[in-house]
Amino acid sequence: MGRRAAKPLSREWAKGFGAVLLVLFLSVPAFADPGPARRSELTELVAQDCGSCHGLTRAGGLGAPLTAAALADLSEEAVAYTILEGRPGTPMPPWKSMLSEPEAVWIARLLKEGHAGAR
Amino acid sequence: MRASILLAVTLLLSACAAAPRATGDLGVVVERADGRLLVVEHSGNTRLASVEGLGDLSHASVVFSRDERFAFVFGRDGGLTKVDLLEGRIAGRVMQSGNSIGGAISQDGRLVAVANYTPGGVKVFDTATLELVADIPAIGADGKRSKVVGLEDAPGNRFAFSLYEAGEIWLADLKQPQAPKITRFPGIGKLPYDALVTPDGRFYLAGLFGEDGIALLDLWAPEKGVRRVLDAYGKGEQALPVFKMPHLEGWAQAGNEAFLPAIGRHEVLGIDMGRWTESARIPVLGQPVFVMARPDGRQLWVNFALPHNDKVQVIDVPSRTVIATLLPGKAILHLEFTPRGERVWLSARDSDKLVVYDTETLEVVAELPAVKPSGIFFTARAHTTGL
Ligand code: HEC
Repeated sequence: MGRRAAKPLSREWAKGFGAVLLVLFLSVPAFADPGPARRSELTELVAQDCGSCHGLTRAGGLGAPLTAAALADLSEEAVAYTILEGRPGTPMPPWKSMLSEPEAVWIARLLKEGHAGAR
Repeated sequence: MRASILLAVTLLLSACAAAPRATGDLGVVVERADGRLLVVEHSGNTRLASVEGLGDLSHASVVFSRDERFAFVFGRDGGLTKVDLLEGRIAGRVMQSGNSIGGAISQDGRLVAVANYTPGGVKVFDTATLELVADIPAIGADGKRSKVVGLEDAPGNRFAFSLYEAGEIWLADLKQPQAPKITRFPGIGKLPYDALVTPDGRFYLAGLFGEDGIALLDLWAPEKGVRRVLDAYGKGEQALPVFKMPHLEGWAQAGNEAFLPAIGRHEVLGIDMGRWTESARIPVLGQPVFVMARPDGRQLWVNFALPHNDKVQVIDVPSRTVIATLLPGKAILHLEFTPRGERVWLSARDSDKLVVYDTETLEVVAELPAVKPSGIFFTARAHTTGL
């Protein structure tokens, strides 16, 4: 178990995303924040490429809004998990072929804190 | 003598000031991050003007008035802006919703309709005054408001559109603009994400994300209802992740065959337009986003989602083979052919430029600077149904 979602990962499921899973999932090899160059690439990715479905300002598009307020009831881990695994059956794709776990966590934090790159 | 020179100069000057300029070779380019529109011309490949103040233009799209003078720009933030191409200025602007996705202009050119995500529905405006004419909330059979996608104009001053969450197609007849007549087709399939009307104005096709196949409505016989075509396509195969939604706008028709981006598969899909069956699968290097046919139908130009958004492939239609893979720049977002297809313009967002290719030699003939360009729209669209 762990990273494999037993059933399609829905928003309800994400809300209940538990601490136990979190530990398995992010099995902590002293997790490294992306460096400054990669951070600016990621900020750009969030604005432009996530933006193609979620809006350049994250106010929402075909995909749900990704503003801090909209994500308030999802934990950082649940957001990171959604980014890596996507939401099967919806257009939200799994980004794990393009983003590492620390990168997804970094983006999740950026979204939940609602700063940097929000324009 | 002196007086006559003066007269000649005055005449010359006034002739210059009033020099008439036609709009058939004009176009606009969206500079999406800065809420700006460039006015360009494709006879000499130059920039003519830059128009500011259009709001959030991510995913913005454009339609043209039938005199090809005005562009109607649909912004992501719900702004609808009318831009005068000749004067290079905003001629009108309304904030009409919280979040919109695109629009269409009616057959008679009097109405411009906007598809909204929030609140889900369609609003229709007078093209002359930008006054609201009709408001159509998209409340599906599920009783909830849906996002509207794939809003297209259809002959008879009708608009067709799809309800994303509810999975419905609606056909709105606006012959009497104040009292739209709406025909609803529920249960057309899961998550329609975009749609198109064929250039003859006969068929409305909605691509489905949540199911295989395409929902097809014959606008000559809407009473026959919506049917599913190409539903065998992709059965039992694992769909690949789609990092950017494909667009169905560039209905690429060649003879009796049309070409579309497949979804979740790295293929361009050929459709037999009479029998509505699959006629070809052309493998390409990634998830296609736009599949645009050169106006003569002999070539298809294809751009891609991440991680291949720096590449463009050119397909030779008769042989169904990829004849070139081009690297025009970083993040190729859109492509637009000149009306007769001798050139194609590409926007390279992350290279901050527009690249113009000769479609016969496949060589770059011009590059123009532009800040994070996305959509490119030429005025010739004014006279094509569904564009
Ligand atoms: C191809 C379109 C598309 C792209 C690109 C995309 N998303 Fe999504 N995303 C969606 C859709 C659609 C949903 C809603 C899924 C659902 O119905 O549960 C979603 C949902 C989400 C959610 C859950 C929101 C919630 O409130 O439940 C998060 C977080 C998210 N996306 C983050 C991202 C990030 C970060 C990126 C870029 C790395 C991204 N998405 C790129 C389509 C997309």
